[in-house]
Amino acid sequence: MFKLEKTDQTLLIVVGILTLFAPFILNPFPEGSAMAQFNAGYPDLMQRFVIFGIFAIGFNILFGLTGYLSFGHAAFLGVGSYAAVWMFKLLSMNVIPAIILSVVVAGLFSLLIGFISLRRSGIYFSILTLAFAQMMFALAYSVLTPITGGETGLQLALDDPRIFGASQTPEGNIPVPGLFGLEMRDSFDLVMGSWVFTFNIGYYFCAMVMIASFYLAIRIFRSPFGLMLRAVKSNQQRMNYTGLNTRPYTLAAFVISGMYAGLAGGLMASMDPLAGAERMQWTASGEVVLMTILGGAGTLIGPVLGAGFIKYFENIFSKINSTILHEWFAFLPDGLEDFIVAILYPFIGKGWHLTLGILFMMVVIFLPGGLVEGGQRIRSWLQKRKSEKNTPNGSTEPAE
Amino acid sequence: MSKTDVSRRGLLKTGAIAGAGVAMPTIFTAQSAHAFTNEPTGGTVTLGFNVPQTGPYADEGADELRAYQLAVEHLNGGGDGGMMNTFSSKALQGNGILGKKVEYVTGDTQTKSDAARASAKSMIEKDGAVMITGGSSSGVAVAVQALCQEAGVIFMAGLTHSNDTTGKDKRANGFRHFFNSYMSGAALAPVLANAYGTDRKAYHLTADYNWGYTTEEAVRSSTEAMGWETVAAVKTPLTQTDFSSYIAPVLQSGADTLVLNHYGGNMVNSLTNAVQFGLRDKLVNGKDFQIVVPLYSRLMAKGAGANVKGIFGSTNWHWSLQDEGSKAFVKSFGTKYGFPPSQAAHTCYVQTLLYADAVERAGSFAPCAVVEALEDYEFDGLGNGKTLYRGDDHQCFKDVLVVKGKENPTSEFDLLEIVEVTPVAQVTYAPDHPQFSGGALGTCNNGA
Repeated sequence: MFKLEKTDQTLLIVVGILTLFAPFILNPFPEGSAMAQFNAGYPDLMQRFVIFGIFAIGFNILFGLTGYLSFGHAAFLGVGSYAAVWMFKLLSMNVIPAIILSVVVAGLFSLLIGFISLRRSGIYFSILTLAFAQMMFALAYSVLTPITGGETGLQLALDDPRIFGASQTPEGNIPVPGLFGLEMRDSFDLVMGSWVFTFNIGYYFCAMVMIASFYLAIRIFRSPFGLMLRAVKSNQQRMNYTGLNTRPYTLAAFVISGMYAGLAGGLMASMDPLAGAERMQWTASGEVVLMTILGGAGTLIGPVLGAGFIKYFENIFSKINSTILHEWFAFLPDGLEDFIVAILYPFIGKGWHLTLGILFMMVVIFLPGGLVEGGQRIRSWLQKRKSEKNTPNGSTEPAE
Repeated sequence: MSKTDVSRRGLLKTGAIAGAGVAMPTIFTAQSAHAFTNEPTGGTVTLGFNVPQTGPYADEGADELRAYQLAVEHLNGGGDGGMMNTFSSKALQGNGILGKKVEYVTGDTQTKSDAARASAKSMIEKDGAVMITGGSSSGVAVAVQALCQEAGVIFMAGLTHSNDTTGKDKRANGFRHFFNSYMSGAALAPVLANAYGTDRKAYHLTADYNWGYTTEEAVRSSTEAMGWETVAAVKTPLTQTDFSSYIAPVLQSGADTLVLNHYGGNMVNSLTNAVQFGLRDKLVNGKDFQIVVPLYSRLMAKGAGANVKGIFGSTNWHWSLQDEGSKAFVKSFGTKYGFPPSQAAHTCYVQTLLYADAVERAGSFAPCAVVEALEDYEFDGLGNGKTLYRGDDHQCFKDVLVVKGKENPTSEFDLLEIVEVTPVAQVTYAPDHPQFSGGALGTCNNGA
């Protein structure tokens, strides 16, 4: 099916099932319980998971395959968002034209920046992309304020033209992005006992797009083109000596991954019609590098896992405050309660960066292949245990 | 390779799944069952406190959070009641809001519009917050305000000074108690004229983003109306930490006054640089060189240390005010935390009380009812004297304080002294004033 090998097909199906059932999987704790704090199954965060998943998948096509470390990928995400919001302002609130334009614009920008930056490799390439991204951030933040809205960000207004749609709703509000009448922010609640599961249209739209992009990424990874990109990573010099010009391949990879970023940016604007310059800052570019490395660079599923991991920490851990901690440990004697809260407090709330940093360090030190390597180790450990039971001498065949 | 075969069993299976899928919506309860977004149904009501806990304004954010916690305590009948005793409206009973106990959730805006919106969205979608408040920069305030309008919850802005929040980016569901750039300019100009004369040549250094632009425009037009001349206005990048290269040309320009349209760390650095360059000891055009900082805060004054001595600026509120409301607030804040509150804490505390009071008076949490209760509402006893929440743009109109860096501070909190309390009439402007033009309030949104 889908012209995929068996393992890839399984992976795609697993990813598909996980994303489609995310509202259940991410809401394991009943509403109102103390653990409900850790539920992540609300529309905004689920959308963020898949959108940053797309961003990281795209980044991985460049970084994972060719080894070129771009430190300015957030710029394409930002450009995509601005393009989408402008489309909402000028054309209509339908997300399709907005997303198409954001992919195209991000593609053009990445063509230009890639054409220049790919003249160098290694650290020089990273610095060049970083410089371009910071330039674009500075432009968006202040110089181009009329186009980008500057610090405040680009927003919709009641007096936008919206040629193929209404400037405002009959109630006098700004219309919301939708897909042929389906509003992106509409959701349904499924109440089962004390569990509440939210199904959001915007999330399922993003999820479909992510599954499609994931499929495309698998095809790219397994194609001759993907093989060529891997060859660039392992020994570009040798490729050049054999008389092969690698630059068209790397440029193509750069543009594809820029377009993925643009797609993510367009989706972000479609879910929440605002484009801010901070999206393009170097910290945002660094974040996608972290996601990819944390999940496992060069693997298919890794970046998606990494994106989910980081966004979970950013949104869930940052919201735990000292009051909640006190509630959790209220059963302990007073002195002990205060002591435990005092120890945990630096790692939650405003300290979520600290927790994330520690986890990142541990992953890089103990699992250099990222979360995917962790999964592989657990699997091989389980298999070893099973085979040890079956074959007492312990000699095993390599898996697969 | 792909292979498609359709078996009888497969077809049946697919049919069954499809059927279940079609039947699904009947067991869903659509959100429109509620009259408005996050209608509180139990014995509690949740408010969302969205403040910067990391990033450049983390200090302000921490102080805002303290004020919110204090407000919640007072609303629920704890503590000494603070400003609830001096507030002109007596609707609040100390039994929560409409008898529901007030609970709150907190989030980190990181002073980034994206992160702030993500955090506010999670409060609305996950925690069921019926009101969002906070923020310590205008970009964030404007972004979150727009989000609240879309989602159908009330937004009570925290520290945001840019004209745009209640100007071109105003929204029907958003309210601002804090003053704005225009008011700073209008309040400062007469005081500056008194102190420094009407024939000054001003040189502006402006932080290169929206707040900087509106502040520069406001100060410029108010001072030019008095007879000052603006020699030059130079934009400085927000991330700049060393302003020496911007200070050096000031002296060559022939200007005798430097206006620093900077906030937070920017202002601390630029003022320190300017003083180190000896600007204040210079004599230009036969006049002493002077520096003006349009927006002051105690936290900034603390950062700039001795350099703020004698420098004029404006502020929304100061803990040394002697009216009953301010004294009550300073007392309960001081008792709880051990130091006086900042202006950010004050505005956030007041905003929470105003929201709670509006809900009580409206008898409903529905955003449109709250909007109606707050529009053109006049109140007193919250530290700024008689105040009006104007219905045209949801901006509070009240007296503005002109302050000066104190020459002999007695403690690390006693850094500013009040020079003049500019009466509200002097800082009032028409809703269609050019500095606030564009944009529309729209209509209130109850959400689904």
